[in-house]
Amino acid sequence: MKPVRRMPRWLARHETLLAAILAIALIVLGAFAQVFLTPDNLLNQGRLMTEIGLIALPMTFIIITGGIDLSVGAIVGLCAIMLGYSWNTFGFPLPLAILFALGVGALAGFMNGLIITRLKVPPLIMTIATLALYRGLAEGVSQAHSVRGYPDWFYVLGQGSVFGVPTQLLILIILIVVAGVALDRTTFGRTLYAIGANETAARFSALPVDRTKLIIYTLSGLASGLAAFVLVSRVTTTRMDMGMGYELDVIAAVVLGGTSIFGGSGTIWGTVIGLVMIQLLKNGLALTGVKGDATIVVIGVALILSVLIASSLQRRRE
Amino acid sequence: MSATTFVAVTTARSGTLRRFASQEALLAVAVIGLAIVVGFINPRFLAARNLSDLLLGNAYIAVAAVGMSMVIVSGNIDISVGALIGVLATLSGSMAVAGIPIALCWLTPLIFGVAVMAAQGAVVAYLRIPAIVVTLGMMSILKGGLISVTGGKWITDLPQKFHLADLNLFGAPMPVVIMVVATVLAALWMRYSAAGRAIYATGGNAEAARLCGVNPRRTVVMVFALHGLFAGLAALVYATQLRVIQSTTPAGLELTVITASVVGGVSILGGVGTVVGSTLAAILIAEITSALVFINVSPYWTDAVRGALILATVIADIVRRQRRAARAWKR
Repeated sequence: MKPVRRMPRWLARHETLLAAILAIALIVLGAFAQVFLTPDNLLNQGRLMTEIGLIALPMTFIIITGGIDLSVGAIVGLCAIMLGYSWNTFGFPLPLAILFALGVGALAGFMNGLIITRLKVPPLIMTIATLALYRGLAEGVSQAHSVRGYPDWFYVLGQGSVFGVPTQLLILIILIVVAGVALDRTTFGRTLYAIGANETAARFSALPVDRTKLIIYTLSGLASGLAAFVLVSRVTTTRMDMGMGYELDVIAAVVLGGTSIFGGSGTIWGTVIGLVMIQLLKNGLALTGVKGDATIVVIGVALILSVLIASSLQRRRE
Repeated sequence: MSATTFVAVTTARSGTLRRFASQEALLAVAVIGLAIVVGFINPRFLAARNLSDLLLGNAYIAVAAVGMSMVIVSGNIDISVGALIGVLATLSGSMAVAGIPIALCWLTPLIFGVAVMAAQGAVVAYLRIPAIVVTLGMMSILKGGLISVTGGKWITDLPQKFHLADLNLFGAPMPVVIMVVATVLAALWMRYSAAGRAIYATGGNAEAARLCGVNPRRTVVMVFALHGLFAGLAALVYATQLRVIQSTTPAGLELTVITASVVGGVSILGGVGTVVGSTLAAILIAEITSALVFINVSPYWTDAVRGALILATVIADIVRRQRRAARAWKR
C-alpha cells in the first residue's frame, strides 16, 4: 500500500473549515458594506444572536445524543408570557416573576425529557407535540394580549452593557465556556457522546443514559426560559408569538457547526462558529439590501447544504 | 431492539382488522358524540349552516392529511407542507388573476406540489438526510421565498370561474367530494395495491422490506411525490374557496395536518395507520375548534387543546405498542 499524504488532522476538521469560510465571508461582506466591520455593528450583532446562542448550547448536547428538541421556540413564547403575565396579572414582584418564568421553562423541558425517557417516545414526535401544546398554552393564557411597561432595571440585561460589551453577550460567553468544558472534560459530557454513538452500548456500560437525557432536555427548557427573559428585556414587550421559528435558527447553528444530526459527534466551538456565521450572514445580507424574509431562505439552504456536505464527507471517509 | 420490532410487526398483522375497525369507530363515535353534547349545550352548533361550513372549511386539511399519513406510515415526517400549500395557493391565484386559462391554474399546483415533494423525497431516500432536516430547511425556503417574492400582498379580483370549490357535483359541494374521493381512493390503494403495501413494509422495517424485494428508497420518493399531489389538491381546494388569497403561509398548518394524521391512528413509529382515520380526525379537530366557540371558550385556547390532543394520542399509541410487544414476548 502506498503511503498517502494526509492533511494534518486539525486542518481537516469541520470547525477549521467553517472558521476559514467565516473569515472569507467577513472580508467579502466587509468589502461590500462599510458599516459591517465596525465594532459597534459587531457588538450589536452579538446582542442580537444571544437568544439563539443560549438555546444552541443545550441543543448541541441533545443533538450529540441523537435527539432533537423542536419545542424550544414554543417554550420561549410560553416563558415570555409567564414572565409578563405573572408580573402583570398575578401581581408577582418582578424578580419572582423572572424566576417563575425560568422555572416554567425548566419544567417544560423536564416534561419533554420525562416522557422521552420513561415512555420511549421519539424526541422528534414528542417535541412536535409539545411545540403545539406550549405555544397553545402561551396563546390561551395571554389571550393574545401583550404586556409592556416594565421598570427600568429590567432592561439592563437586554439593552445595557458592561465595559462596552452587551450584558447578555457576556452571559452567553460565560455559558459557552461552561458548556464547552462540560462537554469536553466531564463524565457528563463524555456520556453524551457515548449515548449518541451507541445508546445500547452506553446502557450496558452502566452509564446513566436516562438521567443524562432528562438533564439535557431540562437544560434546553431552562435555556429557552433564559432566552425568553433576555428577549423580553431587549424588545421591552411580551407577546405570545415570541420565539416563533427559533427552532430553525438554533438547529441550523448547531448542524452548521458540524454536530452530526445522527448523533455521536459535535463540539460547542463548532456551534459557536455556526451561530456567529448565521448571525453575520443575516446582518451582512441585510446591509447589502436583502430583505429580512429572504434571509430565512438562506438559513434553510445553509441547513440542508451543511448536512448534505457533512454526510457526503463522512461517507467518503468510510 | 430488532427482536421487539419483529414481534410488534407480527402481532400488528394478526390484529390489523380489529384495530382498523376500532380506531376509526372510536373517531366516528367521537365526532358524533361531541356534536350531540355540544348540541345540547348550544343547539345553534347543530345548525346545518354551521356543520356544512365546518366541513367545507376544513376539507383541505383532511386532503393534506391523506398525503401526510402516507409519509408518516413510511417512517418519515414532513413539516414543510403548510408552507407548500401557502405557496401553491398563491401561485394558483396569481395565475388566475393574470388571465391564464383556468384549467392550467388548477393543474399547476398539483404539478408543482409533486415536483417539490418528490425532490425532498429523493434527498431523504438517496442522500440519506433525515426528513426532519430536509423539510425544516424547505419550510423556511418556501416561507421566506413566498414573502420576499410577493411582499405579503393580497390577491384579489379572482375570476369567477376560478372558484372550483364553489361547484357542486351530484348535489355535493366540491371540497367534500374531493375529500371523500381522495380518502377512499387512497385508502383502497394503500390497503390492496402492492405499492401501497410497500409503504407499510418500508415504515415497519426498511431492511426487512428490502429483503422481501421492496425498494425502500423508491417507495419513499413515491410517497413524497404522492404527498405533494395531495398537498397540491389541498392548496387547490383552499385557494378556490377564498375570495382573497393572502400570499402568506397559513400559520401552524403543518401542525394541524400532522395532528390529524396522528390522531387518526397513524403510528408515529411508522408502519401502521389508515387515511380514513386521518380524515375523520381532521373533521374531529375542526369540530372541536368550532365547539369551543359555541360553548363560549376563547378561541385562543384552540391550539392548546390541539396540542394536548396530539400529545395524548402519541402517548397512548406508544403505550399500546409497548403493551402489545410485551404480551407477545411473554407468549
